[in-house]
Amino acid sequence: MGSRFFRGTALLAMFLAVAAVAMTLLVNTTSLGEHPWLRVFFSVSALNFTLRASVPLILGALCGILCERTGIVNIGIEGMMLAGAFAAFVAKTSTNDWPLLASLLFGVGASLAVGGAMGLLHALFSIRYRMDQIISGTVLIILAAGISAYLFDRDAVAEGKFGAIALPGLSQIPVFGEVFFSNPPLTYLALLLVVVVHVALFSSRWGVRTRACGEHPRAADTVGIDVNRFRYVNTMLGGMLAGLAGGFLVLEAVGQFQEGMTAGRGFISLAAMIFGNWMPFGATAAALLFGYTQALQNELLLAGITTVPRQFVSMIPYVVTIVVVSGFVGRVRPPAAEGKVYETESGSE
Amino acid sequence: MHIFSLRRAGQLLVVPILAVFSALLVGALLMWIFGDDPLAAYRGLWEGAFGSPRAWSTTVRKMTPLILTGLSVSIAFKAGLFNIGASGQFIVGTVCSVAVGVNFEGVPAHLPLALLAGVVGGLLWGLIPGLLKVFTGAHEVIVTIMLNYVASLFAAWTVYAGGTQGQTPGPLWDVNAGPISRTAEVLASARLPWIFGEPYRVHWGVLLAIGVALAMWWLIFKTTLGFATRTVGANSKAARYAGINVRWITVLTLMIAGGVAGLAGAIETLGLNHRFAPEFTGGVGFDGITVALLGQTNPLGVLLSAFLLGALDAGSARMQFDSGVAADIIQVIQALVLAFVAAPAIIRQIYRLRKPGDLSESTVFSSGWGR
Repeated sequence: MGSRFFRGTALLAMFLAVAAVAMTLLVNTTSLGEHPWLRVFFSVSALNFTLRASVPLILGALCGILCERTGIVNIGIEGMMLAGAFAAFVAKTSTNDWPLLASLLFGVGASLAVGGAMGLLHALFSIRYRMDQIISGTVLIILAAGISAYLFDRDAVAEGKFGAIALPGLSQIPVFGEVFFSNPPLTYLALLLVVVVHVALFSSRWGVRTRACGEHPRAADTVGIDVNRFRYVNTMLGGMLAGLAGGFLVLEAVGQFQEGMTAGRGFISLAAMIFGNWMPFGATAAALLFGYTQALQNELLLAGITTVPRQFVSMIPYVVTIVVVSGFVGRVRPPAAEGKVYETESGSE
Repeated sequence: MHIFSLRRAGQLLVVPILAVFSALLVGALLMWIFGDDPLAAYRGLWEGAFGSPRAWSTTVRKMTPLILTGLSVSIAFKAGLFNIGASGQFIVGTVCSVAVGVNFEGVPAHLPLALLAGVVGGLLWGLIPGLLKVFTGAHEVIVTIMLNYVASLFAAWTVYAGGTQGQTPGPLWDVNAGPISRTAEVLASARLPWIFGEPYRVHWGVLLAIGVALAMWWLIFKTTLGFATRTVGANSKAARYAGINVRWITVLTLMIAGGVAGLAGAIETLGLNHRFAPEFTGGVGFDGITVALLGQTNPLGVLLSAFLLGALDAGSARMQFDSGVAADIIQVIQALVLAFVAAPAIIRQIYRLRKPGDLSESTVFSSGWGR
């Protein structure tokens, strides 16, 4: 039932994309840019903000895709992200005297490691101990919030963060060079990972097996795939991606850690995953849309051209998420074996 | 759970008790690893929760909203729904009860009206995810979480003091508060009276909450509606074949869950805080999940677990003051309690317990995001 619907949406999305590109070029190069409302919607700063706000959502959605494609529901992305962010902060602050790049890379490594550990915990809970996967995710969220608050040294300061790298040549393209090709490294990495996950998922042996585990674990088991091993590995890989999203927040976007700084991004990632029909590119498009709502919120508040109270402006990303989830969840198809414990024939693991 | 028998009660209690014990143990280990003194911490925790009449009153005070948010999450669990939205429903309940409580001077039955406003507010906030789930298939987990954020922003707007660029203040903002965003104090006629006044500050809300728990137990285990709810939770397909209107039960359950969480907000405001400010967040809503699972989603179990978590909460301030251990460790311990009760297999493995025969103890509802 989905395919005709998606062809329709894809056409509409393409039309909108072309229109948006045209508007962006016009607003940023002609006198149309003097109009404040158009600047809110199409200025380079709005688009830059969109991309920056989207990166953690993209990584979080990729985490969700990796877990759910093997059959593990993961609402703990929020907790994995927060843990990754805190790990990156601790690693960065304890190596402030190292050369900046080494210290930042150490932070990235720490966020990957701790994110992976959170993934392992989620897999242990849900596979080995058969905890309901949604509750296990909730445990991760509370645990990450608790531990990061308990250990957070409020006087610590992370010195320096990743700076923008302009790609030679490409960054000279008017308007779009500024938006897409003059970014800090983790942004490039996130966009690259979208392609990597897509190719791996749909064109590699690992990908076929992963999807088999999520759709029909019994059949996968019959042809000799170790279903639970795939689930462990993919949940850990997913955890690393969510951890990286946290690392991005600390090492590239904000530069410091704040308690609860993920502010619902893990959950919005889940919505992006659903909206994107469990596909990396679809989820990325959805993440960009959510990022754009955050940018709009930001630009509207900065421009000060609306008398709507700022609290209502700040609701935009959350309300859009609800609308999108309500409008699309019936039309997308989650992996069939999602959320169910897989018992091998012999009953052991 | 219809028949009281000691053996059965013992079986039901053994996992939660061992879960709490293990969580405290792991918490101690963590404190020790990070250079804190667990013994001093737990001594402070005990003193702060049970060491004096004042401490007891704090425990009772902290327990009150937890009973209700725990019930809110429990009733949803009974129908196979996960209500992460108790904190949003709590906040909306707070705002609605304050709106009635600061206005309508001299109206008869002011207090019941204010309480009712809180219930209705929470109820409507629970109605949204219910309707969306039934009519569009949107998963209640995502919708309720997003509604939590919307609720706190909405609540912040109602008391907003106004901005420098001509933004109008929110409708509930106290004109006499200057630049501070908060409501006026609730009128005396809408306040829950003290059972023990200063310095104990225990109000009638605690008895109200216990009453709601008993009523909820009756509703779930002694009425047709409760039976239908439990059937939907156990197997919604079977429930449908049996002629139960699953959609109606889903919407109704989330409404009741929202109403109870809204009542928690109302009681907390009308009994204790007497006003609303944006920093009064719905953290107790999230704790409701732990309360519900620790209480095995049984309203009577919820009373016990709310008491326990209330004590942890009550003792944490004294613990931080006495031993210098950050009170946030309590949240870690709560997460561990949740993990251990939600996965009895861990507890059984550690303590080498045999698996009980007839106790169905796991709630399963993570079957994906679709309809």
